[in-house]
Amino acid sequence: MKFIDEFRDKALAKGLLKEIERLSVGRSFKFMEICGGHTHTIYRHALHDVLPPNIELVHGPGCPVCVLPMGRIDDALTLAYTDGVILTTFGDMMRVPGSKGTLLDAQANGADVRMVYSPLDALKIARQHPDRKVIFFAIGFETTAPSTALTLLRARQEGVGNFFVFCNHVLILPAVKAILDSPDMRLDGFIGPGHVSTIIGSKPWSFVARDYGKPVVIAGFEPLDILQAVYLLLRQWREGRCEVEIQYTRVVKPEGNPQALRVMGQVFELRPHFEWRGLGFIARSALKLRPEFSEHDAEVQFPLPHLRVADPKACQCGEVLKGVLKPWECRVFGTACTPETPIGACMVSPEGACAAVYHYGRYSRKIRELIDLTALSNSEA
Amino acid sequence: MANPMTPPEELLERIEKLRQRQKPRLQETTVTMVHGAGGKATHALVEAVFLEAFRNPILERLEDQATFELDGRKWAITTDAFTVAPLFFPGGDIGCLAVHGTVNDLATAGARPLFLTAAFILEEGFPMDDLRRLVASMAEASRKVGAVIVTGDTKTVQRGKGDGVYIAMTGIGLVEHPHHLSIANARPGDKVLVSGTIGEHGIAILLARGHLELEAEVRSDTAPLWDLVHQVLSACPSVRCLRDPTRGGVATVLNEIAQASQVGVRLFEEAIPVRPEVRGACELLGIDPLYVANEGKMVLVVAPEKAEEALAVLQEHPLGREAAIIGEITDEPKGMVLLETSLGGTRVLDMLTGDPLPRIC
Repeated sequence: MKFIDEFRDKALAKGLLKEIERLSVGRSFKFMEICGGHTHTIYRHALHDVLPPNIELVHGPGCPVCVLPMGRIDDALTLAYTDGVILTTFGDMMRVPGSKGTLLDAQANGADVRMVYSPLDALKIARQHPDRKVIFFAIGFETTAPSTALTLLRARQEGVGNFFVFCNHVLILPAVKAILDSPDMRLDGFIGPGHVSTIIGSKPWSFVARDYGKPVVIAGFEPLDILQAVYLLLRQWREGRCEVEIQYTRVVKPEGNPQALRVMGQVFELRPHFEWRGLGFIARSALKLRPEFSEHDAEVQFPLPHLRVADPKACQCGEVLKGVLKPWECRVFGTACTPETPIGACMVSPEGACAAVYHYGRYSRKIRELIDLTALSNSEA
Repeated sequence: MANPMTPPEELLERIEKLRQRQKPRLQETTVTMVHGAGGKATHALVEAVFLEAFRNPILERLEDQATFELDGRKWAITTDAFTVAPLFFPGGDIGCLAVHGTVNDLATAGARPLFLTAAFILEEGFPMDDLRRLVASMAEASRKVGAVIVTGDTKTVQRGKGDGVYIAMTGIGLVEHPHHLSIANARPGDKVLVSGTIGEHGIAILLARGHLELEAEVRSDTAPLWDLVHQVLSACPSVRCLRDPTRGGVATVLNEIAQASQVGVRLFEEAIPVRPEVRGACELLGIDPLYVANEGKMVLVVAPEKAEEALAVLQEHPLGREAAIIGEITDEPKGMVLLETSLGGTRVLDMLTGDPLPRIC
C-alpha cells in the first residue's frame, strides 16, 4: 500500500538491522524514545524483538495522557459534574483514573462527557448547544496545542461565548531537560519526537547535544523510521559526532512550523510551573491561556478544586515515565494494574509504556531475556 | 531501583493466571459503553451477571448459539440485538444486518437457517418510509438465505429514548453438519483460515457517521454465510471450529478459541488479507484492523491435512475469493494469541480492552 508498505519493507529492515549490529558491536547502548507514539510502534511491530540484544530502548515521558497528574483529572471531573456543562475530550483521556473514578464513570453517572477527535468538534458542539457550556479538556504537547489555539481564535472570532478550554498543554523540552538533570539516568542518546518537532523544529533540541553531550535523531513513526534513527544514532557515536539530526525529513524542518508557533504565541503563555506525573513540578513546562482569552478559560470561569493528589501508593508510573523502571518492574504491573482496571496512567493510553508492554510485549523473547537479566542483577546486588 | 521484586517468572505467571481466571472481575457499579464493545468487559459482564443467574449446561458453552436435540434432530437457536448508527450505511442497513448477523450465528454451528423472529423498538417520529425501506431489506435478505420471519413484536419509545430503530432477532436452524463444531476443538498443528478481507464493516460504519471527514470507498461486508459454510463443511467435515468475527474482530475470536481450547495461536501479519482502503483508514485512526468488526466473514480452524482443500473451497465461493490461511494452532503459550510481525518480531495479540470504536452492530 502506498505510504505504508514502503516504511515496513522487510528487506530494508533486514539491511538496517545488519548495519545496526555492525555499528553497535562490542558495547551496549541505551537510547530513549521520547514520544509515546514511538513506544507504541516499537511494541506493535515488535521492534524490540528484532533489535540486537545490546541495544536497549527506554521509554520516555512523551505520552501526554500519562504525564498529567491526578489532580488535573479531578479538576476535569469537577467540570464534568458541573450543571449545564458538556465536557469534551480525546478518547484516551476518558479512561484515565482520577482519585474518584474516570470520565467514563462520570459519563455513566449522568455527566455529559463526549469524545471528540479534534477541538473543532468541541466548538461545533458548542454552536449546536448554545444553552450549555461546552468545555474542551485540552491535553497534549506542542503537537496538539496549535489546533487548540486555532479553535480558540475561531471561537472568539465567531463569538461562541459558551465555549471554554481547560488547558493542560505541556512542553516536551523542559521534561527532557528534567530527565537529563536527573542523576539516575544514563542514556546514550535520544530518538526525538517527530510530531512535536514538526511544530518546534529541530533547532530547539540543540542544547541536548551541546550541553549534555547526547545525540538526538528526530524520527518518524513507521518501523523503518525507528530502525533508521537507531542506525543514525550509532553512526554518530562511531564517527565521534554528537548533534541533532532529522531522520523524519519528509515532515520535519529545522525551523519547524512558524505559523503554528505564531498562533500558539497569540493564545498561550507559559505557566511559571506545572506538575508532571512522576517528574514533579517543572518550571515553565506548560501552557495556559493568555489573559485576553480569559472568558474562554475554564480555569478562570469555573471554580476548580486545584488540589494536589498523590498517586496511589502502589503506583510507580513516575519511575516508568523517567525510564528508571521497566514497566514490568513496577510492583503492581499486570497484577493490580491492568488495562481493564488501570491504577496508573501508563496502563491506560495505547501510548503508555505499561499498556504497550502488557498488550504486545508479554511474550516477547527480548522482554523475557531482559526480565531474566533484571532478576540476575537484582540477586547479585 | 529499590523495588522489592517478585521473581519475574512468578510475576508473568500471575498475569497469565489472572487472565485465565474462570470468573472475570466485574468491578464497575454501573454499565458503561465498554460493556457492549465485545471485548474483555463484555465477557466479564456476561460471565459475572448473566451466566451466574441463568447457569445451565447449554449456556455454559458460551457459543454464539445454543444447540439441542429434539425429535431425533439437532437444532440451533440464536438471538441478537442490533443498535447500529447510522441505520443506513454503504453496503447495507440495520435490516439486512440483523438477518445476516442472526443467520451467521446459526451457520457457525453448521445449521441451515429456517425460522426467524423480529422485534422492533421504534422511536417516536421515525419516518415511515425509512422503516419500510429497512423492512424491505430484511425481507429480501431472509428470502435470499431461504429463511422466513414467522413472528415478531413492536414497541415504541418516546422521542429521544432510542436511535430510530432497534431490532432484536432470533433464529432457529436445523443442524445439517452434525459433527461437533466448537471453539474448544482447536488442536496444535491445525491451521487458521479467514474467509476474506477483514475490517470492512467496522470501518464503513465509522466513516458513514461522517464525524471523521475522511473520504474512502469502504463498504460494509455484511452478507449471509450459510451457503459458504455449507460448501466448506460438505467438502471438509474435519473443520474444527467456525466463528464469525463480529464485534471485537478476528483478534477477539482467536483469543476465545485459544482460551476455550487451551492452545496457542500464531498469526502471520503478512498473510492477513486487508483491503488497502481499510488499512489506510485504520492507520489514520490508530486502529488495528484485527479488532475491527466484520459481518460477512468466517474464521475457521481446520486440521492441517485439510487446510488447503478448505481454502480452495472457500476461494471458489463468491464470498470467499480472498480467503487465506493466516496462522496456526500451537501447543504453547496456552490461551494466548501471538502475532508474527512482517519484520519478524513476535508480539501478543490481546483481547480487546476498552472501546476504541463507537457502536457498530
